[in-house]
Amino acid sequence: MPSLGADMEAGTLVEWLVKPGDQVHRGDVVAVVETQKGAIEIEIFESGTVEEILVPLDERVPVGTPLARLRLEGEGAEPAPRPPPSSPEATAALGAAPEGGEPKPFLPLARPGPAAPAEAELRPAAERILASPAARRIASERGLDLAALTGSGPGGAVISPDLDRAPAEEPRVAGPRARPGLDLDAMRSAIAGAMARSKREIPHYYLQHTVDMATALDWLAEANAGRTPERRLLAGALFIKAVALAARRFPALNGFFGTKNFEPSRAVHVGVAIAIRGGGLAAPALHDADRLSLGELMDGMRDLVQRTRAGRMRSSEIADATITVSSLGERGVEALYGVIYPPQVAIVGFGKIVQRPWVIDGAVGPRPVVTATLGADHRVSDGHAGALFLAHIDKLLQEPERL
Amino acid sequence: MPPEPIPQTLETTYREAVREAIRDAMRRDPSVFLMGEDVGRYGGCYAVSKGLIAEFGPERIRDAPLSESGFTGAGIGAAMAGMRPIVELMTVNFSLLALDQILNTAATVRHMSGNQFGAPLVIRMATGAGRQLAAQHSHSLEGWYAHIPGIRVLAPATLEDARGMLWTALQEPDPVLIFENVMLYNMAGQLAAGAGAVDIERAAVRRQGRDLTLITYGGSLWKALDAAQALAADGIEADVIDLRTLRPLDDATIMASVRRTRRAVIVDEGWRSGSISAEIGMRIVEQAFWELDAPVGRVCSAEAPIPYARHLEMAALPQVPAIVRAAKATLGPT
Amino acid sequence: MLRTDKPHLTRDHLLWLLRQMVRIRRFEDKCAELYTQEKIRGFLHLYDGEEAIAVGVIPVLEERDRVVATYREHGHALVRGVPMNAVMAEMYGKVEGCSRGRGGSMHLFDRTTNFYGGNAIVGGGLPLSVGLALADHMRGEPHVTACFFGEGAVAEGEFHESLNLAALWRLPVLFVCENNLYAMGTALALSESETDIQRKAACYRISSEAVDGMDVVAVEAAARRAVAAIRGGGGPRFLECRTYRLRAHSMFDAQLYRERKEVEEWRSREPIVRFQGWLKENDIVHEADLASIEAEVAAEIAEAVAFAEAGAWERVEELTRFTYAEKPGEGAAHHAA
Repeated sequence: MPSLGADMEAGTLVEWLVKPGDQVHRGDVVAVVETQKGAIEIEIFESGTVEEILVPLDERVPVGTPLARLRLEGEGAEPAPRPPPSSPEATAALGAAPEGGEPKPFLPLARPGPAAPAEAELRPAAERILASPAARRIASERGLDLAALTGSGPGGAVISPDLDRAPAEEPRVAGPRARPGLDLDAMRSAIAGAMARSKREIPHYYLQHTVDMATALDWLAEANAGRTPERRLLAGALFIKAVALAARRFPALNGFFGTKNFEPSRAVHVGVAIAIRGGGLAAPALHDADRLSLGELMDGMRDLVQRTRAGRMRSSEIADATITVSSLGERGVEALYGVIYPPQVAIVGFGKIVQRPWVIDGAVGPRPVVTATLGADHRVSDGHAGALFLAHIDKLLQEPERL
Repeated sequence: MPPEPIPQTLETTYREAVREAIRDAMRRDPSVFLMGEDVGRYGGCYAVSKGLIAEFGPERIRDAPLSESGFTGAGIGAAMAGMRPIVELMTVNFSLLALDQILNTAATVRHMSGNQFGAPLVIRMATGAGRQLAAQHSHSLEGWYAHIPGIRVLAPATLEDARGMLWTALQEPDPVLIFENVMLYNMAGQLAAGAGAVDIERAAVRRQGRDLTLITYGGSLWKALDAAQALAADGIEADVIDLRTLRPLDDATIMASVRRTRRAVIVDEGWRSGSISAEIGMRIVEQAFWELDAPVGRVCSAEAPIPYARHLEMAALPQVPAIVRAAKATLGPT
Repeated sequence: MLRTDKPHLTRDHLLWLLRQMVRIRRFEDKCAELYTQEKIRGFLHLYDGEEAIAVGVIPVLEERDRVVATYREHGHALVRGVPMNAVMAEMYGKVEGCSRGRGGSMHLFDRTTNFYGGNAIVGGGLPLSVGLALADHMRGEPHVTACFFGEGAVAEGEFHESLNLAALWRLPVLFVCENNLYAMGTALALSESETDIQRKAACYRISSEAVDGMDVVAVEAAARRAVAAIRGGGGPRFLECRTYRLRAHSMFDAQLYRERKEVEEWRSREPIVRFQGWLKENDIVHEADLASIEAEVAAEIAEAVAFAEAGAWERVEELTRFTYAEKPGEGAAHHAA
């Protein structure tokens, strides 16, 4: 069971997309796992043949539990049958001591990065959620997010009775199986946890800058003229591309605040904040957004929105975003100030594009403008860098043909 | 139907209960004898053995010179040769003169001899402060003794245990140390007329509560119970565990309670550093960490020799208000 | 103080000896009274009947010499020159006490007079005195350490170890055994196979002497001889003072171990009455002298009680202070609440 986030401690296997004997290749989606954030597709990072499925459908297992056994390419066949794993301990033990030449238990590891629980364990005390051992254990058992809870124990620690006041994850064993997809309550709980942690741990600073969008909109109108409606580019694509390019130039805003310090990311995976009807919110990553053409980026966005709203995000999309873009433009506000999604260090917000009186060449005239905001982690960057970053986005949006 | 017979109880004291235990053992087993400083003609420095010399004679109620190492070692030797001595040391402070024999011989001989010899004796001594006897008479070193493999360490806190632990200890094939807190000798209460041997394996839950576990032994038991009473007035219900035996510790009883209450405060008249309270706290961390809702608390004696002046002595020892404070500290920010 | 090995039986000196014994007796009588009033707590061991030993030995010592005593040490402290006010305040547990109220009756200490304390562990002072003398010996200091202990301590291993060490290394220790016949409640015959205590010293090649411990002049004479021998570089000396404890071991002692008649017999030989009788017989003192001594002593005790009553309790915040030595600049301020 891969860890897909610092706050994920277990998952329920809700769909196997492979069966024993199937050939799989690195990057294939092999299973769907339900978490408090919704159903997530599990990618495989090895190529080979599926030997055995270790975790049956509907079983909830802790992070780290082997889900299936894989014979890697070039390995011999399974020499002897294995007893079916009856408990997470048994499978973990199996995974802990792979013997040479035998199939390795397939343990899809989370991508290196912010989400590994080991890293959370290593965080310095000051950054940790204050919670008693009992609260931690019970939260893990019930799939609750400690960060979302208010502690009543010594020093304000979350203690076990506080968990009884928290919404418990639906029991998975008894009763009918929950539909794969989105559990909005759990998602809300996870959002609450992440956002509370962010505001508790990250010293945010905010900057705003108004960008003249006349040139960009003119260019978009021209570019869309020859496109069918479903292929049309939206201003949002320009924003994401501009942010991605700016993020590459300002590494202090792109990466993860890890165990002890900030680790800038070479790749730019822009998390796209996507609202989900009913109150959910997700920000899956558009991988390598700085390298995508506007067309690819637009396709990626459409796919991402569709899959997210269907509850089908990929695991890597959950964990990989290095910076987030949030745009509430269509909802009609002029500016939004986001809360950084930890362990990222920056979030860029775009308001609605509005007509405003603007001074051009000494004369006042109407212009379409958008307010771009930056919320950034003051542990990593300062306002000066943030200002240059926003100014660079402005500059990029004035040359849309180069995006 | 005839009515149930009303159990007969006797008004007695802790001192008398210990004396009765010695008398009972002397009567039941001719190999039992009591040996120590002023146990005979003087009647025992805390009057525990008063009158026994008249009943059993100076051979079996044997006054020893002030030779702690010598007569304790002699008790060990007599035990190895088939007797069942009860050695009385006046106080735990004086027992240090006999520590060599207790540790280097009594505790080791069975293992060191490849199980050929054992030293089945009982060593009783007074422990604890509260009588303004200052820094050479007042310490609580039973936790120190509990460090030593090869001996058992008992701390009777109730009349029943004062009466009942000795005989069971005498049946042990290995040395048993019994620590009698000086503040308990005068404690009076009702004891069943037929009271006799009790087990020396298990801790006892002396009060039931759901909110936290107070773990203690000996003289501090009564302070812990008073503290539990005070806590109850604030709606806080404490489990109070009387360890009874400091070595081997009854982990099961401790953990069962802590798993239920999720909070533990240890009350120990010994000094904090390197104490039995430290051992218990660590065991809780080892065995029940994931059950805890608060850091394990401790109320111990101040890290100083026990002073003479009453107000300083009182301040040096665990007291009810400090236990209440420590208990409340495990319950929340207020 | 007197420095030769011959007693100076001047009238002044004899009156001084008498006054010291009366001081101790009356002081302790007052302590017993205060104990019943709960002004004094803990154990209280009285020296009644044994005063001639401390009064006979300690004045023979010089200021720079050292004294190690037992838990029955009020008399030794007073004769050594520890102010009665400080001793009484200590009995009360007041911070003005010679041990800040931390030691009480059994643990009187006074650095000014080289008084290394009452010790509540029987025999515990013997090795200590060996070490004090060793330090003086190694540095070539001419000091003598006088170590007092009861005959009960003779049964302890530390007694034998200490005598051996002191003799082996020829250390300047005066071992003074206060043989009052009872180790708490255990009679000498029940605690010692050889009841002639001073003979034990011979096993370690230490010269010894037994003296009537209720005869202050005899004790002083014997002490003078012993100290002179020690100062002459002859190594340790052993002085057994045969005496009797007229009161109980401590305040809480029913004395089941001895007959009242036995106590009465010894009472007739007790050192103060005997010395007074001898002085009067020889026309050295008169009733007026005795009355004046009693009056002076009573005034000193009254003042000591008033001093102790007026004393302060050490602040609780200082409870752990002096568990270790303080570094320069550390002090009471660091222990404030």
